Amino acid sequence: MAKWSRRAFITAGVIASGAVVFGVAIRRGNPVDKVVSLAVGDDETLINVWLKIATDNSITVIVPHAEMGQGVHTTLAMMLADELDADWDTVQMLEAPAHEEYANYALKRGYSTGDIEFPAFLVDSVNGYFLNAAKESGTQITGGSTSVRYTGELAMRVAGASTKAVLLQAAADKWNVNRDSLRAEKSYIVHDASGRRARFADFSVEAANLSQPPAPVLKSHDQFTIMGTSVPRIDIPAKIDGSAKYGIDVVLPDMKYAAIKAAPVFGSKVADIDETSVQEMPGIHRIVNLDSAVAIVADGYWQAQQAMEQLDVKWTLSGNESIEQSDIAQQLAGALDAANANDAFEVDLEAGDVKGAFDAASKVVNAEYRVPYLAHATMEPMNCTAWIHEGRCELWLGTQNPLGFTLRIGKAIGMNPADVILHNQYLGGGFGRRSVSDFAEQAARIAVDVPYPVKLIWSREEDIRHDHYRQASISRFSAAVNAAGQPTAWQNQFVNKRVPAEAPHIPYAIDNQLIQFTNSGVHVPWGFWRSVDHSLHTFFTESFIDELAVAAGSDPLEFRRELLVDKPGFMSVLERVAEESEWGTPLPENCGRGIAICRCFGTTVAQVVEVEIDNGTIRVKRVVCVVDASFTIHPDGMRAQMESGIIYGLTAALYGDISIHQGAVMQSNFHDYQILRMSDAPKIETHIINGGGRFGGAGEAGTPAIAPALTNAIFNASGLRIRELPIKHVDFSQQGPEMQGVT
Amino acid sequence: MIELYINGTKYMIDVDPMTPLLWVIREQVGLTGTKFGCGIAQCGACTVHVNGKSVRSCITPVKAAVGNNVTTIEGITSADGEPHPIQKAWLTEQVPQCGYCQSGQMMTAVELLNQISSPTDSDIDTAMSGVICRCGTYGRIRKGIKTAALAMRSNAEVPDDG
Ligand code: FES
Ligand code: FES
Repeated sequence: MAKWSRRAFITAGVIASGAVVFGVAIRRGNPVDKVVSLAVGDDETLINVWLKIATDNSITVIVPHAEMGQGVHTTLAMMLADELDADWDTVQMLEAPAHEEYANYALKRGYSTGDIEFPAFLVDSVNGYFLNAAKESGTQITGGSTSVRYTGELAMRVAGASTKAVLLQAAADKWNVNRDSLRAEKSYIVHDASGRRARFADFSVEAANLSQPPAPVLKSHDQFTIMGTSVPRIDIPAKIDGSAKYGIDVVLPDMKYAAIKAAPVFGSKVADIDETSVQEMPGIHRIVNLDSAVAIVADGYWQAQQAMEQLDVKWTLSGNESIEQSDIAQQLAGALDAANANDAFEVDLEAGDVKGAFDAASKVVNAEYRVPYLAHATMEPMNCTAWIHEGRCELWLGTQNPLGFTLRIGKAIGMNPADVILHNQYLGGGFGRRSVSDFAEQAARIAVDVPYPVKLIWSREEDIRHDHYRQASISRFSAAVNAAGQPTAWQNQFVNKRVPAEAPHIPYAIDNQLIQFTNSGVHVPWGFWRSVDHSLHTFFTESFIDELAVAAGSDPLEFRRELLVDKPGFMSVLERVAEESEWGTPLPENCGRGIAICRCFGTTVAQVVEVEIDNGTIRVKRVVCVVDASFTIHPDGMRAQMESGIIYGLTAALYGDISIHQGAVMQSNFHDYQILRMSDAPKIETHIINGGGRFGGAGEAGTPAIAPALTNAIFNASGLRIRELPIKHVDFSQQGPEMQGVT
Repeated sequence: MIELYINGTKYMIDVDPMTPLLWVIREQVGLTGTKFGCGIAQCGACTVHVNGKSVRSCITPVKAAVGNNVTTIEGITSADGEPHPIQKAWLTEQVPQCGYCQSGQMMTAVELLNQISSPTDSDIDTAMSGVICRCGTYGRIRKGIKTAALAMRSNAEVPDDG
């Protein structure tokens, strides 16, 4: 994967704000434009910041997002290429450098216009700096399923279409014909009346001198020729022969390696380091005190790691040393009790007359659900190579937020962020973890101390114990039910609202609703975890609606259908999943089916799980998934993302549990933070609906529904209602309807 | 000095003989396709072949590889540059997502197909369950193995001209 040289963008401030998004031309030879001479090769014309057309008519698309395996490089390039009517076979891709001109304008726009589908969680980043419409707050995030929805829709397509418009105009001028008599096809301009054809490159210089329409007409879905096809992913060939370079693979001259150990208890700091404890060990160059962590720099990583195990470090007391997981659970439950007693809840959503509905209810159904902390456990442990030289700090790593990292790192080492140069590599998994810059700040701080490049690699133990975790939470529900079994009121109280704001909301037609929350601080760091709050609330709400179906004596799918009749977007997905899963057909003994549905980052997903419970062990046999992202740009990529999201969510539902003991995380590696393996992976069938409308995301939407679909299936098979995750703590040998709930 | 044979090339390396083979391959030899995932033989990301058998290089001291043939992901392409059937199948089935686990997956799958030319689902489960994929590519890995198995069998059936 080729990269821009960063030098090209140091003076890019000359690009007007907004120019990036709309692809306004940078003209060659314009003396005020310092960018051009740096960014443009001799044989190339820089049409705009999103694409280049070379003299051989090949097209290079610049994708401002990190590749984490979700195929975003391919997808975004497709969006631009399709609008441009480019020849896909000659389209190449560059990843944009970390530069404020690439700050994800689309995200800002979503925020500043209050777009309801904008993932508001990006506004308040983990590290506490706020994204706003101002440039200096820049961010360049791959997460929240924003790539396709914002960058793709607002930048890539527009850039492609407006560039096509100027190419057509330039051709019309040159050939002295009406622009409307021309069309573009596979990187050629065609004049049907005369049969004349010429390459895009023949007009690119002239086209670059025309001003581009800022809001060109985009294609309708039925005009797409590249979007909607499953072209081979650009990043795959390098991933089958060992040549793909991840952050951990970077090699620099004279590079040394660093191992790290952070204070086990969150909030503690280094009190004392006894360097004599490792002075006999070979290959050690430096011990660096990073306040809340210690690093050892050595010739090789193994030497550094061995020394780290020997090193005698004392930590300060943070006051968190006696905190147990049970204390946190009690605190969260206590917060709910207190808010209830003092009428101190914050209102998340209120509709109708909840009290009246409860007064008139013929039955009230109550339930409480709990979820644990979860780690990301990306396959590639956190790592970053840093080198400070010639007044600059260069870093090689995989990050979901290049620009945010440069700002944070600049701050951490007291350097102007413009002198922090980031070389983003392939990410060995992101899932939200690589949007937090802690590991890169550490690497930069180590590099301050030494004259050579240092590669910092976290052990898996550090990765599990010093993550930024999906929150643990508790959610309580009451529903008023009328004589016909229909829910007339929905009341929900939960602790710690994060983002996105709509995650706790239900699509069901229940007139009277009161959703409330209270916040209760914990010492465990929080982070974006695939689908963020959807990962908990979909488990809560889709479990409770299932309980209401059971209380009404209804079929769970039929019950949902009745409450969704006015929501065609949900209905089409629901009907399709019913059909594809053969809902209602008999299953073998000890087997059950469960369903869940959710809308997450603009995409609606329904999943039906088939489970078998055999002698106390559960086996997830089949998952049928129907997804409607309005339009799916890369169907095979969408299937891959659903498979991935399902396995990720299934791992969490079955095994995921980070727990606190004496203030620290107990789990440490894959033996005690278990990951779903091949032998336990179900058969997954994904069906795609193109329901129309604004594109939805793919990266997160597969995850939320799988946990409730599974626990609903377990109930169907056994009569056992699981109200607390993970499922591994449930004793299935005591199955039966009398075992209601697990605590 | 330690003498190693990796992908048919001889290397003389000055390193503590207890150093795990993984770090020698990555840092001294400079082949970075073999990955670090856990360091305790739990994930399989570091899988390489020693004399054709899969080993977890993160817990294998380099001295155990002395005098043996080590093969890494960079070495499974045939001498004339032809990709291994597993690699071709991985492309056909578009297996990798982030790709980080895939060297370990492919090395394990190559060994499986060397032992069993038509693996059943349960053979695949047994062989592959030691290798974690956090991106959840298991279904595609299974398909990829079957695709490669088919290709290898039909190659084997082509009569030898010589
Ligand atoms: S790194 Fe060797 S098995 Fe995980
Ligand atoms: S492809 Fe990412 S861990 Fe397997």
